[in-house]
Amino acid sequence: MSQATFVRPKTKPKIMEEPPMSKLIRIILIILFDAAVVWFIQNALASGFDQLVAVLGIIAVMFNLIYLLPQAYPFRWMAFGLGFLILFTVYPIAFTIYVAFTNYGDGHLLTKEQALPLIEKQTFLPETGKSYSWTAFKAESGDYALWLINPEGETFLAKPGEEIIPAKPGDPGVGDADNKGIPATIEGYQRLNPLLAATDKNLVNIKFGLEGGQTIQVRSPSEAAELQILFKYDEATDTVVDQSNGDVYENKFGTFTTKDGKTIKPGFRAVVGIKNFQDFVVSPALRGPLAQIITWNFIFPTGTVLFTFALGLAIAIMFNDSDFPFKKIIRSFLIIPYTVPALISIIMWRGMLNSEFGVINYFLRDLFGTAPRWTTDAFWAKVALLIVQLWLGYPYFFLICSGALQSIPSELYEAATIDGATSWQRFRHITLPLLLVAVGPLLIASYVHNFNNFGVIYLFIQGGPPIAGATTNAGHTDLLISYVYKLAFESGGRGVQYGLASAISIIVFLIVGAITLFQYRFTNMWEEVSENV
Amino acid sequence: MSNIAHTYENLRTSKKFQRRFSVGLRLVIALLLIFFSIFPILWIISASFNSSQSLSTQSLIPPRPSLTNYERLFGLDPNYRFGDLVYQKWLFNSVKVSGISTILSLAITTMAAYAFSRMRFKGRIAMLKAILLINVFPNLLALVAIYVLVFQFGELIPIIGLNTHAGLILVYLGGSMGLNIWLMKGFLDTIPRDIDESGMVDGASHFQIFWNLLLPLLRPILVVIGVISFIGTYGDFILARILLNDVNKYTLMVGLQIFTAGQFDQKWGVFAAGALLGALPIMTIYYVLQDQIVGGLTQGAVKG
Repeated sequence: MSQATFVRPKTKPKIMEEPPMSKLIRIILIILFDAAVVWFIQNALASGFDQLVAVLGIIAVMFNLIYLLPQAYPFRWMAFGLGFLILFTVYPIAFTIYVAFTNYGDGHLLTKEQALPLIEKQTFLPETGKSYSWTAFKAESGDYALWLINPEGETFLAKPGEEIIPAKPGDPGVGDADNKGIPATIEGYQRLNPLLAATDKNLVNIKFGLEGGQTIQVRSPSEAAELQILFKYDEATDTVVDQSNGDVYENKFGTFTTKDGKTIKPGFRAVVGIKNFQDFVVSPALRGPLAQIITWNFIFPTGTVLFTFALGLAIAIMFNDSDFPFKKIIRSFLIIPYTVPALISIIMWRGMLNSEFGVINYFLRDLFGTAPRWTTDAFWAKVALLIVQLWLGYPYFFLICSGALQSIPSELYEAATIDGATSWQRFRHITLPLLLVAVGPLLIASYVHNFNNFGVIYLFIQGGPPIAGATTNAGHTDLLISYVYKLAFESGGRGVQYGLASAISIIVFLIVGAITLFQYRFTNMWEEVSENV
Repeated sequence: MSNIAHTYENLRTSKKFQRRFSVGLRLVIALLLIFFSIFPILWIISASFNSSQSLSTQSLIPPRPSLTNYERLFGLDPNYRFGDLVYQKWLFNSVKVSGISTILSLAITTMAAYAFSRMRFKGRIAMLKAILLINVFPNLLALVAIYVLVFQFGELIPIIGLNTHAGLILVYLGGSMGLNIWLMKGFLDTIPRDIDESGMVDGASHFQIFWNLLLPLLRPILVVIGVISFIGTYGDFILARILLNDVNKYTLMVGLQIFTAGQFDQKWGVFAAGALLGALPIMTIYYVLQDQIVGGLTQGAVKG
């Protein structure tokens, strides 16, 4: 399609051509916009924000095309919306999808380029090799220094974090030699006698010398030795060799691993293919809580939609008479829960359902002598959530159903009454089917919304109480989405796992997306788009 | 005997009695339901005037009613031990951020919907479908990406970075190409094209048609979408919480949520006061615009 065409262009006059003045202004604005983008991208590149540059580049090209090409005219009406959509919705989705195929998370936060120097910096103390005899000195502050003599008789002074320097007794700051050729004093330090030095627990752990350069560590009471680089990276084979024992570590999903499973820390970011999705299905550590979470993830929205719809519909039917007294006042009171911001309602209910002090349990204890533990008992926590959801949700369906009921023609009821239908039969065969046609899509939308209702789970109970024995931070009332949140942001000491969390997000999206597509097919929404002219 | 039975039988089958009985029964049920829906609100009102702080010592009619909780809310009680409250700022921030994002996002939504309704172009249907699907993506994890984006913006242009309201508003605008486009387009589709064409005959440009002829007719749906979007933004705590970290910049929901995070049962009274004042603007909007909102909701239902 070449030009933006109007619906009935042949019979009706067209929009006027763009006046030259407007064209000029448009081009000037584009030039200004491009200049701003170039400035921004230059700065972003200098700061190393490569992904931002890529996204902005795409948006900038899109803007130029839209505002320069006449056939892109309709898009001028939505250019800003599209820009924001790409920046804050599409790009984050793309990012999530990418992360789902990586091991991004604790232990794998660094890139390979950042991790390798850290790995290659690690050293070990060889059992044999060049050795020194040593004498320790200790400062008031607890710092140590070593006086070293190598087999050739050369002497050195070594301090942690400083380069090891050749030194001789009598040098500035170094005292005169005793009969063994060791200085009696070093300025600022006290010489330790051999017995004290041999039993000093700190001494054996200190690396003397500059890290990354020559470093020396005490090996035995008589010997100190030069530390050697532990790991050597071989770029050609992408392996690391342990210099102390010759073990070969291969790069396996961002962790250097030997054949028998030994690993090197830190790991690094790597594309791991469908591993996260496999873990989701087969990992026994995950499977336990996941099965529970998924089950609950279907019960929760089903229960919510069922109860809120049932109550809303019942109320709507009950007060459907046009001449029912106080109808308007009753409605005003009944929709109160709908008008309170959800966060406030949920926290309010959290207080009211507090097991110890909450008002509900006061009443229940007065009545029955006992009350459920809403927050610590898995079953009652779920019941509490459904009660809160019922309170939050029924006014919506009450309003919707009231409207839909009025659109059902009353002749249908009259005809049915004449045929002798009972009120239940009228409800079952007239009201419900007609209502479901109208309200069905909203039921599905509500289901989808509650399938991912992070807010209520998180604010009310944070997914708790915890599932015993789970290796991740999973709780009995967690939905997949709140579980994802915990995996990604609240590790609870178990390490954040963006990769796995992203993979679960995508699985959630597939489920919800399928339900949504079904809904639109079911309600013929697609057809409406194409037929409506 | 048989007389009484007869009278009873007459009464039972009389239409008028049946009607009265049924209305009476339904009024009783209505009272029960009203109790269910307003009890939490009554409880919160009572708690907000209760001078005792704790959740445990509350009764429905406070023994010593006072405004202590409101004073504490506005930082007028220097001895309050959870004194990190700047409620008036939070409320102002919330209204400001929600107001600005609502107006901007209405502009974006309406213009885009105009194009979708009145023009025919390649990819139109695909785009409409894509907008629907994109919006069901669970964007909780997108928080990581959004956080990084806003952080990077801030490094280059500090006024739209982290901990700024401008940055938060920009992120909210990312949602303006959402389901509301469908609502708006549906409404536009019901406005006859003859109106546009009369404008075209007079030589009006697209923008003139949109601005002078259609926009006044869109008022009802603008109110509905505006209110829905304002309330949605006002109620958001996830994005705002991630992007704002200065207590003076918090929106109301972030402030309240963080305030109640620890030792909740000791903060009950002040929370109640804050919750009540925070809910008031939204409740007012609902009740003032009740008929329009209900109309908008049910129209959506009937149209599918």
